[in-house]
Amino acid sequence: MAQETKTVVLEGSRAVAEAVRLCRPDVIAAYPITPQTHIVENLSQMVADGLLKAENIRVESEHSAASAVLGASATGARAYTATTSQGFLLMIEVLYNMAGLRLPVVLTVANRGISAPLTIHNDIQDSLVARDTGFVQLYAEDNQEALDMHIQAFKIAEDYRVSLPVLIGMDGFILTHSFEPVVLPTQDEVDAFLPSYKPIFYLTTKAPLTMGTKTDPEFYTEARYMLHKAQQNAKRVIVEVARDFKDKFGRFSGDLLETYNAEDADIIFVSIGSLVSSLRAIAKELREKGEKVGVLKVRTFRPFPQKEIVEALSRAKLVIVMEKDASLGSTGVLAQEIRAAFYGNSPVPRLSGFVVGLGGRDVTRETVLKALQLAKESDHDCTFLDLNPELLEEV
Amino acid sequence: MFQIGISQPYNNNLFAPGHTACAGCGQSLAARLVLNALGPNVIVATATGCLEVFSSNFPQSSWEVPWIHSLFENASAVASGIEAALKVLGREDEAIVIAQGGDGGFADIGFGALSGAVERGHNILFIVYDNEAYMNTGVQRSGLTPFDASTTTSPAGKCSYGNPTDKKPLAQIVAAHGAPYAAVTSVGYYRDLEKKVQKAASIKGPKFLQIHVPCPLGWGHDTSLTIKVARLAVQTGLYPLFEMENGEITSVVKIVPKPRPVEEYLKLQRRFRHLFRPGAEGELKKIQDIANENIRKFKLYEG
Repeated sequence: MAQETKTVVLEGSRAVAEAVRLCRPDVIAAYPITPQTHIVENLSQMVADGLLKAENIRVESEHSAASAVLGASATGARAYTATTSQGFLLMIEVLYNMAGLRLPVVLTVANRGISAPLTIHNDIQDSLVARDTGFVQLYAEDNQEALDMHIQAFKIAEDYRVSLPVLIGMDGFILTHSFEPVVLPTQDEVDAFLPSYKPIFYLTTKAPLTMGTKTDPEFYTEARYMLHKAQQNAKRVIVEVARDFKDKFGRFSGDLLETYNAEDADIIFVSIGSLVSSLRAIAKELREKGEKVGVLKVRTFRPFPQKEIVEALSRAKLVIVMEKDASLGSTGVLAQEIRAAFYGNSPVPRLSGFVVGLGGRDVTRETVLKALQLAKESDHDCTFLDLNPELLEEV
Repeated sequence: MFQIGISQPYNNNLFAPGHTACAGCGQSLAARLVLNALGPNVIVATATGCLEVFSSNFPQSSWEVPWIHSLFENASAVASGIEAALKVLGREDEAIVIAQGGDGGFADIGFGALSGAVERGHNILFIVYDNEAYMNTGVQRSGLTPFDASTTTSPAGKCSYGNPTDKKPLAQIVAAHGAPYAAVTSVGYYRDLEKKVQKAASIKGPKFLQIHVPCPLGWGHDTSLTIKVARLAVQTGLYPLFEMENGEITSVVKIVPKPRPVEEYLKLQRRFRHLFRPGAEGELKKIQDIANENIRKFKLYEG
């Protein structure tokens, strides 16, 4: 009897684990770190219960987690890992290598701040460090999107035009530990959408090949250029996969960007991840009061959709970027990229960038309204909101 | 477009000539002996280092077998993933999985990954080519650099006789994990090397082989003396060759006809030259004591 699609209330981590299970990974390797743990605990239980036929490697570090899935992927297996924060930073060396080797691993980052000072709570300073690794980088707003994104991620990664690893950022605790109703697809549906992995090149005695060579200056640049081209190809493939997903599953849950009431908006808030949900609610409230406010969600951070962002924002009078990260000594990472995208374009809206929600601090309605008020008064660049002056030492 | 294809192995060597190793390189010779002893049904993960650099310069490769290089410290973890993938894909019988590299890649920076992979019981053959320092980067001290060897980061000087510590007992540490097989061999004893490679390959689970491979450039000996130096290391008692099965020593290569004084080994190498200056006699004695202790402990010679 065919299974039926059902709506169930699941913790975000469980929703992701279910999505990963439905994608039939061959090898999982992970090292525990809060708040990623529930994802890999769920997957481990699925393997233990025989619901998922995969090798589960309990490695001794995140560096080895990434390395083990790298080796598995190079051997022709579909491979998955998850981490966050410090563990993600420990993986970074391997992540560059994985992308350079063009291995389509999928990695979940349960976004969390970075030490020091130590925090286990959410922001997105961790995964943004991977900006230049060559990874495709997607960010989920809610648990349904996280679930859908994982199913799409394998398809994007394994598309020959891309052949890159994919990272999915989802806010630690805010999403990973929240219960939400999600539509859980059936195995048949996912199988019809995501065929089994058929690599063109892999380690086998049937056709020995050398992977991960040393290069001299006459070859290195071309290899890196092709990596860049693959990123550009990913832009097209992400959109195609989103359309395909809609055909198969009936809901549109993909693409590079998502807008909310942005078409005629004078003011557009821009953000990444779960914060977009708050901005949406506040924008709705403001519009009811007669202010034309919209929201732009950046779903795909790499490849960065420069053209599409300019297109979405250029009719606005004021753009307000709210982000849970800062490139210390420069500005917020997202604001930086959006400013760069606008260079040479016209018209250019006014733009203010605010740093909020670091280390799990709540981004409240008041925070957002404060940002709106400040941005209307003057332009802001990497302004930290909600600072407690009592904790600050002036030097 | 680059053509990807399989060339016919040259002279049936699975490790093809034409690579860029130095004249007299003990590691390249050992790598060839290892592969030829195993045959073509292997998948190899190699750590960053001399072996990787001189054998895989794009678009050339010496490897006639499936081979991957990822990073310096992760060959054991990459091999773990390869082994797991073969298992789950039903390709377990396709190949012996090998994780290999130098002393730095396994005893130092890759030690955690080696320990993890051995402890998890992966069916992997770990091979450490021990040339006793970071040769690829210019002869810096590693955890397997012997006592009093002068390296570029443990140089002999007015206040120093070189490396202040003795070698980390890597094979014993691996054996202590519960590995069914851990052995030490030398490129100077190639029958012993082949025998141990084949024995290791026949055992299921994690197995470890450490191979002493002289480096003429780093050790400062004539390129024609690689085998002689390797043999003297064993014959002095400074580099005991042994097998450990399930934690117990089950065989040693005996010294015949009798142990050579350590000076015979040391004097051939520039890295020990400072020990032959006046006043260093005490250091020579310390090294002789290390050899004597090895001979006693491993029962290398019963005169």
